[in-house]
Amino acid sequence: MSVDGVAVVGVGIHRFGRIEGVSGRGMGAHAVREALADAGLAWEDVQCAFGGSYSSGDADSLVSDLGLTGVPFVNVANGCGTGGSALLAARNAILSGQCDTAVAVGFDKHPPGAFNEDPANLGLGAWYGQTGMMLTTQFFAMKIQRYMSEYGISHATLSRVAAKAFRNGSLNPYAWRRTPLSVEQIAAAPMINYPLTQYMFCSPGEGAVALVLTRADRAGEFPAPPVYLRAVEFRSRRFGSFEVYSPWLSPQRAEGPTVEAARAAFEAAGIGPEEIDVAQVQDTESGAEIMHMAETGLCAHGEQEQLIAQGATEIGGRLPVNTDGGVLANGEPIGASGLRQVHEVVLQLRGSAGRRQVPSGPRTGFTHVYGAPGISVCTVLSR
Amino acid sequence: MSGTRLVDESLFFDPPGTPPDGVRLAGGECGGCATTTFPAQDSCPRCGAVGMERVPLPREGRLWAFTVQNFEPKPPYRSSGPFVPYGVGYVDLGPVLVESRLTENDPARLRTGQAMRLCLVPVFTDEDGVQVLTYAFGRVDEGER
Ligand SMILES: [Zn+2]
Repeated sequence: MSVDGVAVVGVGIHRFGRIEGVSGRGMGAHAVREALADAGLAWEDVQCAFGGSYSSGDADSLVSDLGLTGVPFVNVANGCGTGGSALLAARNAILSGQCDTAVAVGFDKHPPGAFNEDPANLGLGAWYGQTGMMLTTQFFAMKIQRYMSEYGISHATLSRVAAKAFRNGSLNPYAWRRTPLSVEQIAAAPMINYPLTQYMFCSPGEGAVALVLTRADRAGEFPAPPVYLRAVEFRSRRFGSFEVYSPWLSPQRAEGPTVEAARAAFEAAGIGPEEIDVAQVQDTESGAEIMHMAETGLCAHGEQEQLIAQGATEIGGRLPVNTDGGVLANGEPIGASGLRQVHEVVLQLRGSAGRRQVPSGPRTGFTHVYGAPGISVCTVLSR
Repeated sequence: MSGTRLVDESLFFDPPGTPPDGVRLAGGECGGCATTTFPAQDSCPRCGAVGMERVPLPREGRLWAFTVQNFEPKPPYRSSGPFVPYGVGYVDLGPVLVESRLTENDPARLRTGQAMRLCLVPVFTDEDGVQVLTYAFGRVDEGER
């Protein structure tokens, strides 16, 4: 690995779920302390920090808990892409020579229930919310409904994805939902937005993740085996892509931000999707995991039906996907979600993922987040 | 039309009081690149041209994707009376695909490619008792039964 690369040398997490008595900021500070301990560093060793939270206050206020060291701490806000943006900024700070060691942190604590967004924040009229169309769940349901009819994905496959998430979550001590559910239980649960039942959707939750990054040429000085951040790419939507909160679509279809961010990440890394040993993709609902597998290039459109039926995406399969239970089992604290994916891949590449460790000794990993209003951040990591 | 109002008059091309079977949605058409938006907007999201023309959209199209809203949304959603699940979908009108409420809420009776027609449906009632209407699409075969 050349000097101009960046490595992840510390990871920290506050368990996800609903946790009484701990604030979102408290979880963020906990995750930073864990990541520093993992890297064998103290807070005063951190030269740059980037962080964000959607509903738990300003990340830079963590300095009053961690120490008033004068560190430049930049707040980042990109919805579900917040963690990815923090990581991108930290990577760039190191590559630019601004600092050698940086922290990226994300945390959140959301009230229960679906997010209720004000249409005005997105430039939409009040009618859009009043008439009941301002729901992200509807977008994902319509997208997978259309996808199923185009590519022959069955209802059973939707249930299998959710069953895998809860099975993997049951092996993850930091996950929120750790009770396995059968394919039959998931299929028979109340329908939320056809074709998606209650257990096929994630819920807003709580949690925090922090990463310590440093120059790749210094990565050997840290206690844990280094994992190199080979690429991190962020894209927003282009004209013609099908995105959440769209009162209209152009008849002219364009590739979505996921396709572009993933392609750019694989190109920058010099590693192709066929070389990926473990992947984390945005599974806001089980259909999203299916569609994002193909949009990121990990498989062909329609191939998911076979792959999932054969168990290829299980922890012991050919292409393990969302080994920590993904968003379905962990919930979605918006600020933390993208960094949780990187945290999981780092553990998998170190070989320290415990009961959910991919047995084949993975060398390469991939992460993908997608969020409103049509953004995606993808990373490629390797040992 | 006393006792009713449109949820947002700017969504409609024809003035309030037009008979429901004559109402058309208003789109915005770009003179530069022919992109059509819904609702109408001032500048073109594709080429950036300013001054889009307000045009009526076709009343009929084909269902492109659909779902059914089975739980009552939180505000800003407004409702009156007990919650009834409602369909939501994209209808391909040719120049533009419009997201819309559907009059059908049984997914077994919906399929992509189905012919759909515009109508008005009540969505909630204002505090002064005025019934508020929005646009929706229903199955063409249903309307002709
Ligand atoms: Zn234009």
